[in-house]
Amino acid sequence: MTDAVIKCESVYKIFGTNAKKMLQEANGNVDAKTFQENGCIVGVNNASFEVSKGEMLVVMGLSGSGKSTLLRCISRLTDATGGKIYIEGLDLLSLKEKELIELRRNKMGMVFQSFALLPHKTVLENIAFPLQIKGIETEKSINKAMDMVKLVGLDGRENYFPRELSGGQQQRVGIARSLAVEPDIWFLDEPFSALDPLIRKEMQDEFLRLQEKLKKTIMFITHDFDEALKLADRIAIMKDGIIEQLDTPAKIVLNPATEYVKKFTEEVPREKVLIIEDVMDAPTSDNLSNLKVSKDEIIENVAEKILSQEKSVGVIDKNNKIVGTVHPSKIIHTVFGGRKENS
Amino acid sequence: MELLKKYPKLFQWLFLLIVFFALCFAIDVPETYKFIRGQAEFIKDPNQSFYILFGKEVRYYAFDNFWRLPPLLGWLPIWINDGLFFLLNEWMPMEFWDSATQEYKTRPLVLQISRNITAFMTFLIEFIREILLGGVETIVAFTSWNFVSAYPWAKLPGLPWTIVAAGAAILAYKLSGKGLAIFAGLVMIYISVFGQWKPSMQTLSFILVAAPLSFIFGLSLGVMAYKSKRVEKALYPILLVMQTMPQYAVLVPAMVLFGIGDHAAVIITMVVAIPPMILLTLIGLRGVSPEVIEAGKMSGCSNWQLLTEVLIPTARRDILIGVNQVIMVCFSMAVISAFIGAKGLGWNLLLALNQLNIGLALEAGLCISLIAILLDKMSLAWANKQTDYFGNLTFYERYKNTIFFGGAVLIGTILAIIGSLFFKEGFNYLYEVPHNKGISTADFWNKGVDWIFDTFFVYIKAFNTWLITEVLQPMRALYLRMPAVATLVLVVGAGYIIGGIRSALTVGALTLFIALSPWWDRALVTTYMATFGVVISCTIGFIVGTLCQQNKYTTNFMLGVCDIFQTFPSFVYLIPVMMLFGVTDTSVLIAVIVYATIPATRYTIEGLRSVPPALHDAATMSGVTKFQRLFKIEFPLAFPHMMLGLNQTIVFALFMVIIGAFIGTEDLGQYILKALSDKAGGGKGLVLGICVAFIGLIFDNLIRTWVEQRKKHLGID
Repeated sequence: MTDAVIKCESVYKIFGTNAKKMLQEANGNVDAKTFQENGCIVGVNNASFEVSKGEMLVVMGLSGSGKSTLLRCISRLTDATGGKIYIEGLDLLSLKEKELIELRRNKMGMVFQSFALLPHKTVLENIAFPLQIKGIETEKSINKAMDMVKLVGLDGRENYFPRELSGGQQQRVGIARSLAVEPDIWFLDEPFSALDPLIRKEMQDEFLRLQEKLKKTIMFITHDFDEALKLADRIAIMKDGIIEQLDTPAKIVLNPATEYVKKFTEEVPREKVLIIEDVMDAPTSDNLSNLKVSKDEIIENVAEKILSQEKSVGVIDKNNKIVGTVHPSKIIHTVFGGRKENS
Repeated sequence: MELLKKYPKLFQWLFLLIVFFALCFAIDVPETYKFIRGQAEFIKDPNQSFYILFGKEVRYYAFDNFWRLPPLLGWLPIWINDGLFFLLNEWMPMEFWDSATQEYKTRPLVLQISRNITAFMTFLIEFIREILLGGVETIVAFTSWNFVSAYPWAKLPGLPWTIVAAGAAILAYKLSGKGLAIFAGLVMIYISVFGQWKPSMQTLSFILVAAPLSFIFGLSLGVMAYKSKRVEKALYPILLVMQTMPQYAVLVPAMVLFGIGDHAAVIITMVVAIPPMILLTLIGLRGVSPEVIEAGKMSGCSNWQLLTEVLIPTARRDILIGVNQVIMVCFSMAVISAFIGAKGLGWNLLLALNQLNIGLALEAGLCISLIAILLDKMSLAWANKQTDYFGNLTFYERYKNTIFFGGAVLIGTILAIIGSLFFKEGFNYLYEVPHNKGISTADFWNKGVDWIFDTFFVYIKAFNTWLITEVLQPMRALYLRMPAVATLVLVVGAGYIIGGIRSALTVGALTLFIALSPWWDRALVTTYMATFGVVISCTIGFIVGTLCQQNKYTTNFMLGVCDIFQTFPSFVYLIPVMMLFGVTDTSVLIAVIVYATIPATRYTIEGLRSVPPALHDAATMSGVTKFQRLFKIEFPLAFPHMMLGLNQTIVFALFMVIIGAFIGTEDLGQYILKALSDKAGGGKGLVLGICVAFIGLIFDNLIRTWVEQRKKHLGID
């Protein structure tokens, strides 16, 4: 793909004093155990992937899986030990300090798990902070920040200090701050993990609404598989620094590549994740029932209707053209039987 | 054998003690040994041995080498002295323009630098002093004496005391609120009415120069240490030594380099005040969460922006606590540096104590204590103050304090002018109450002291005699019986048992330094006085702390008392004890006990308080009685923290013992005092100070290692 905004080629991050040397000697064959015996810890192990414009890639993994490290390599908060990272074609690792700052000021925004707000600045000042750092004059940056306050729905609280806000509100500030410079690339490091379940759901919906509007290129880190399913265009599942599988949510749920990934997918309610297109069969000449369903419909929403039919149901695309069929038994199979079949 | 396996450490300790005492008994004190005579002095005596190193002759009395090691480091003070002398008088002569004589002069580089610094400091102090008190020196610095004599109006008028008092109150109000404002106002009025205005302002101007400079240097060094591991590693040992070095030992080398007077005092105050600032800056910056730093970086901060916009503001509270420390150290130094001729309250106190005029000393001491409390409270209030948002305030609200201060200046000036019309003859009391024209209570106190002496003389004397003959003399004799070799074995052994080979080597090296210096026996006397003070302080502190901790109100009350007492410069403690016990060892020891009880009490309370409440509840639910809970749960858990208190107690006790030399003791402090009046005392003072610091560091190392292991064992933090 040529329009990849973020492109990683065998990125390694190894912590330790002589990590670079060991990586060279390993010759692309990095074994975490041998490294550990020599006092090095493997954070990211041979990560290669691309994120295209407007896409949301969710990196999912448990703590210690290297997901945050990977994000920090791509934002160059830490320097990757090996491999290449391209941001819009720019070789990130070869950038000089000044160019890097320039890149961050204009292209990147980042949201943090613990909000990372500046305690001595008000909401408005926090949001205006990246603009001020950039050297934009105060009045302009305050106007811009005020727009952001409105965007995340914090109007009326712009003069509060972070300590006076709830967790959800603080994260809204964090989001607004990361968006203030209108970046193309948006990094989110477990942004909702520190929030209560109810607030988390609310924030996820809010986030989807924002993304609908803004169409940023996103790398989103989470340890919550449900969250990944809900938000992602594609999911990368990481374990011990290795990307176990990188695919769309549906494909991951349907065809988990490894035992490890399967553990996550087992408990997933498929009808909520899969769309008709994922389970439909090829169009046949069999006579179909009168009901037609769109291929982008989530199964859960149409299951009842399909199950009330006896014959196969036609699946149509946007132009009302039939692109496949679904038999009611397939729906039952997917919802209730699939788990056993896979295990 | 089973017992041995069960308590291996216990037997190690027993073995160590047996060896130590065996050595003590085996090595007798040589008969020729006389304590009082110094051993590395330049008195020629046929009985002396000598050796020559680096071309320096070191003379000493040779004794049995097991008992007293030869002073192999005796050349060190001499060498430092010569080094300083060489630097100052001979190294790198250069041409410098002399504006007084209008010609080039050849002068050594260091001398020129020290002169320039001196001139700069003197100017700063004079400038601030003249803002407060008035004078012509600042104008002279820019013009000349001729200009001033030609134009008699050309002088800084000085602020009337009413304005300074109002200013202090307004500042206090801004920082904290009404309570502190009233306190600030009352303190200032007290100072003025009781005729201590001039020395107080001299002291204040001293602090106003020393504190900001220390802050700037401390902050920059702290930031540098934060950025670079190498700088931190280089600074660390210096910070450690400076924390345990008696403040007054550093006065001596400063005197050699910069002479006598306020400027030398300011410079040396900075040397003492910068280390705590560095430490607190480091702690503060380390405490900034990594995500906040990353957020700053992702916002596109350059390194400088990251520092000024993100790191320092986020670490604001710790840094301001550092400022509080700096101010308190500056204040305490302002008093002590009276010894090298700094003017102000300390100078008056020193004079009064020298004349044994307890009344006057008490007045000066009270002023010192009040200003100390005020400065402490104000700087703490600043640290704890949260920034207010001034977004929607009216002009009046925003500039309220400035307006009030403007008003105060106006009213103060008018009052001063009215005063000049009203008090036509003599002094203008609305402008400045002169030193000896205020209300004085000195006579009252002196009479009180006399009365105490007359009434209780018999008892005090009896107590004094009993303490000295029955307790102190035997204890001192015992300590002096400790042969150097035996002590070395004891210390190294203790280090090994507690912290393994590393700890043993560290404390062994520290002890060896003292043993090889010419002042081994003095160090023993210092240790004896400190031990005596520490034992009693800890007992008192432990009991008082435990009792107070039983109740929330008494806890807070006691912590408040500790806070206040801790702000007093150590020198002040000598006043009341001299009042009661006169010029004896007892006075020093009582001052040591009072001073060292503060940290002992504080750490006991804090230690007990740090026991998690969940454990309290768990214990109560298991049905323990109050005493069981105290002894089975609280003490064992609080013990590591209390041991840190012991650490502080030792440092405090050592400081006081050294200052006690002023009253007259025969320990390291006495030599430091001597070095102050000795032209070639720089090296001696420094080495003596290092000896005292090392005594503190030996205990510090042992206790800290033990505490860390104990904490790990208990799983606390």
